[in-house]
Amino acid sequence: MTLRRVVVTGIGALTPIGNSAPDYWAGLKNGVSGAARITRFDPEKFRTQFACEVKNFNAEDHFDRKEARKMDPFTQYALVVAEEAMKDSKLDLNAINLDKAGVIWGSGIGGLMTFQEEVRSYVNNDSTPRFNPFFIPKMIADISSGYISIKYGFRGPNFVTVSACASSTNALIDALNYIRLGHMDVAISGGSEAAVTEAGMGGFNAMKALSERNDSPETASRPFDKDRDGFVLGEGASALILEEYEHAKARGAKIYAEIIGGGMSADAHHITAPHPEGLGATNVMLNALADAKIKPEEVDYINVHGTSTPLGDISETLAIKKVFGDHAYNLNISSTKSMTGHLLGAAGAIEAVACVMALEHGVIPPTINHFTDDDQLDNKLNLTFNKAQERKINVALSNTFGFGGHNTSIIFRKI
Amino acid sequence: MSEIAQKVKSIIIDKLGVEESEVTPEASFTNDLGADSLDTVELIMEFEKEFNISIPDDQAENISTVGQAISYLEENVKN
Repeated sequence: MTLRRVVVTGIGALTPIGNSAPDYWAGLKNGVSGAARITRFDPEKFRTQFACEVKNFNAEDHFDRKEARKMDPFTQYALVVAEEAMKDSKLDLNAINLDKAGVIWGSGIGGLMTFQEEVRSYVNNDSTPRFNPFFIPKMIADISSGYISIKYGFRGPNFVTVSACASSTNALIDALNYIRLGHMDVAISGGSEAAVTEAGMGGFNAMKALSERNDSPETASRPFDKDRDGFVLGEGASALILEEYEHAKARGAKIYAEIIGGGMSADAHHITAPHPEGLGATNVMLNALADAKIKPEEVDYINVHGTSTPLGDISETLAIKKVFGDHAYNLNISSTKSMTGHLLGAAGAIEAVACVMALEHGVIPPTINHFTDDDQLDNKLNLTFNKAQERKINVALSNTFGFGGHNTSIIFRKI
Repeated sequence: MSEIAQKVKSIIIDKLGVEESEVTPEASFTNDLGADSLDTVELIMEFEKEFNISIPDDQAENISTVGQAISYLEENVKN
């Protein structure tokens, strides 16, 4: 059977370096770091006292107070970026078939703040069970796609994918495939996360996953640098409007890019450590290339998972060399997590927007904070260190990998 | 207006996001003030917390207007 083609016709972003898609792109291009000391709670007792928080976000600018109170921040972020993307797409809700319009969202954790606060109040209240009736509907990860569907009346497929830091790439791939197969014509897809809480910081600190460079938060996320010491937790969201190509053309929509394929694989190795030779990462890029029906040589840019952890960065570059051979040296490779921090389940969504913007503007966003080469990495690779590079590109690939050994890869092409 | 009535009104204004003028004794939480079933449960819990009492479910079911809430609490809250 012939698969339908899928394009991106709208984008929205709320990130630690910009509260709209254009501001986010400006931050990426200019190499801005979103990291700073935590403001949400007093981090004094935590090993890591900084994160990449969303700045100047006031829920009451977007929702009435009663509405805002019933939503965890990860859902508020989801609705804000969905609205930006919907406006950007200029979709007319009266002109599309709402039964063929879906929402497939990604979140690694869901309402962590809500969970933390409800349990805290339970314990502080002599453990008398007095839970708020909104506790469960505020916390569950899938409430984000539920809220978006209610707002726009989208009655097609609706769910949230959970695969830790790969979550929103899984969401985008699912949306791609359901549109390809004809189950929907339009989707709001992407992801959101809001885990900069005591529980989130404490939990990741206990795993020794986070950078502890408290004296220099803005240089802490340094993927591929010899002195990298863990990832920097970020928060925020991005939404992409995915649309069947003919549907988009017929209404004269602005088309940012085509999504030509997605790959999925598992390491089947360890709950948190990546496979040392990058087996799952190799397979997932091969799967994505096969799904897109392109040769490795056609790829120009890879937005890597590159979280700035000692092991992960090495295994991902090994995988790139296996998949791309000598062409690996022609690629631009960058980790935008050096600027945004790691948005967990929203990482795939904000990095998809980075790829779409790189195609659109012919600019590769940099891997900032490179100070010292790491001898364990191949330093002939172009990791786009410190400064954006101008380059007309046709194909961009984005990798995201999650705890649990989940790997996803998605490919965008200029149209 | 009694102190209890005053407190009840301000809880309703806060939780349901309504204007003070809408919070009349006859106003029904669901029909007039836009509450759904979960909002109503939350309101009862807030009354319990504020007045440090426990409202049994069978009695909570009979509290569906502002006036009913005020009368119930005036009768049952020990000063």
